[in-house]
Amino acid sequence: MGSILIKNGTVTDTSESIADVYIENGRIARVGDCSDVRADTVIDASGKYVMPGLVDMHCHLREPGFEHKETIAGGALSAVKGGFTSIACMPNTDPVIDNPALVHYVITRGEEAGYARVYPIACITKGMKGEELTEMATLKKAGAVAFSDDGRPVSDSGVMRNALEYAKTFNLLITDHTEEKSVSGDGVVNEGVNATIAGLRGINRAAEEIGIARDIVLAESLGAKVHIAHVSTAGGVELIREAKERNVKVTCETCPHYFSATDEEILSYNTNAKINPPLREQSDCEAIIDGIRDGTIDVIATDHAPHSAGEKNREFDLAPFGTVGFETALSLAYTYLVDPGNIDMPKLVKLMSHNPAKLLGLPVVYVKPGAMADLVIFDPAREWTVKADALSGKGRNCLYDGWMLKGKVMHTIVGGMLKC
Amino acid sequence: MFRKKDLLGLKDMTAEDITDILDRTVSMKEAFVGGRQLDRLSGKCVATLFYENSTRTRNSFETAARVLGARTMSISVATSSVQKGESLIDTGKTLDALRTDAIVIRHSMAGAPDLLAANVRASVINAGDGMNEHPTQSLLDLFTMREKFGTIKGLKVVLVGDVKHSRVARSNIWALSKLGAEAVVVAPYTLLPRGVEELGCEVSTDIEEAMIGANVVMGLRIQRERQKAGLFPSLAEYNAEFGITADRLYGICENALVMHPGPVNRGVELSGDVADSPNSAINEQVTNGVAVRMAVMDMLIGGR
Repeated sequence: MGSILIKNGTVTDTSESIADVYIENGRIARVGDCSDVRADTVIDASGKYVMPGLVDMHCHLREPGFEHKETIAGGALSAVKGGFTSIACMPNTDPVIDNPALVHYVITRGEEAGYARVYPIACITKGMKGEELTEMATLKKAGAVAFSDDGRPVSDSGVMRNALEYAKTFNLLITDHTEEKSVSGDGVVNEGVNATIAGLRGINRAAEEIGIARDIVLAESLGAKVHIAHVSTAGGVELIREAKERNVKVTCETCPHYFSATDEEILSYNTNAKINPPLREQSDCEAIIDGIRDGTIDVIATDHAPHSAGEKNREFDLAPFGTVGFETALSLAYTYLVDPGNIDMPKLVKLMSHNPAKLLGLPVVYVKPGAMADLVIFDPAREWTVKADALSGKGRNCLYDGWMLKGKVMHTIVGGMLKC
Repeated sequence: MFRKKDLLGLKDMTAEDITDILDRTVSMKEAFVGGRQLDRLSGKCVATLFYENSTRTRNSFETAARVLGARTMSISVATSSVQKGESLIDTGKTLDALRTDAIVIRHSMAGAPDLLAANVRASVINAGDGMNEHPTQSLLDLFTMREKFGTIKGLKVVLVGDVKHSRVARSNIWALSKLGAEAVVVAPYTLLPRGVEELGCEVSTDIEEAMIGANVVMGLRIQRERQKAGLFPSLAEYNAEFGITADRLYGICENALVMHPGPVNRGVELSGDVADSPNSAINEQVTNGVAVRMAVMDMLIGGR
């Protein structure tokens, strides 16, 4: 394994300072003046941030079963291009990840690919049917880092109660896609004036908020913890804020598209703007940013959701939900959160690296001697235009195609190895 | 003059474009009613591609195409390769390869005509897409109003019924507001789409109040599935609260024109005596539908 010297970067974790970083044997060996050091690879990071690798606690890698959309290798490559060194993938594959053999399969495929570290999230219920709990303790031992029925959320509140209470026994994390299907029905976009203009069926925000409220009430009454996936509404942020004030053990994530885009994107029937939960309104984007600022929102995850071109290039109602997100996430967070002064870089490190790592029980990386060398080098001055066709990985269904963003990932290092 | 590749909807059209089409419709109606055969589209091929059944609209388009001298081709989902899983884009490319000049599409999903138009050479005419738009229906409604009142500007037009699921309502709201009419939509809240007032109309839940001073009262079709889906409790209660009845019509706005895109559920949206009254323009609307579709097809593919 070659040594790497990163010179003159703005080293950022809980604070910022200009320093060299020397990496040897997969670990950070020195931070500070390293002008006496000779390394196999030297990277000039002047004017660039050198920060802990990003951790994504919500993505879809589609393998096994949907390899026409994406593979674990393709997704993990796209992840490192976006600065992610660890990614946790959702179990809604075919078959769904509900037994230890499948957990091993995902881990093995991730190791074979050798890009970002891949950690499987396993199902809450067998077959993701919302009925019987999976063998959560066994799955945890096999390597599952969290549990979710993402995409087909547990509708039966009694089952969810048992899941949260049983998970509490082993201190497991349940991450819930909150959606009351009887309210969302066959909606495809946010219910609001833009749905009315486009003539598309709306999903009322109550569908998401009822789910959030239910999980909070269950977690509170059981003294259990719960993580709310992809919060998109102002009301959802407020429910979680109030619950945290009561010391309910609730954490949550949002995604870049919920603070950078609104449902105006659907007016042209752009199927890459068809996402679940749907893109909301400007006031929701502002509430999400407020929630990020005040700590109500713990994590920014991608909900990276690759699909094939053929699946997206069809009638809006028939296209599947989701946008890819790995390669734009950090730039979007920088453009919409850091650059306008909503948060600083150490806070961004918390949201996109430290907090998700803590929630998943993964190593928390600081840019300090002895730490695992999972790092990203990010140039905040570099402006670039997103080109969906230039993305890595199979899924090119990118909401941000053609957008101009500020800040770009220059290099990603995983375990001391330069991956891009 | 209005000259674009496609007619997808009225929301992005200017008042001038809409007026252009209505002006062109006058001579088309004279020809159609006079039984004259025209050759404006001779050598052209118009395909009707219907993913939803609608005998009325399809016949209207095909009649219009034939009066203009076009060949017509009719593709129904039930009898075509669409049934075998062919995608909309592939079907469109097949029609292109058959040298089709215009494709008239009816689809249950909003935006399907936009998708087709972006992927074919032929002109695309939207004959109704999901809850989005039904532009030629609105154009024929506007033409009918203009024939009766001479102008659209300043008219008060009350649209009563399932506004939420109605593409006819949306196209009419867009057009009426562009042309300076006052559009009022009336329905229970379960049948009103969120934020509809921002499209340029007023919203009311009281039909009798809304009908005061109305020049046009238009019923929108109520589908039985909506009652089954729980959006209102019964057709009887709907008719009692929102029906266009003779009592309401003659008591509140006795000279108003009564319109309906058809087919009418007698006793639900309108009472039978209202549908058959001298106020009713329902049959005239059907005739005007052919004329307005002639004008649209002529403007899109005529003389090219």
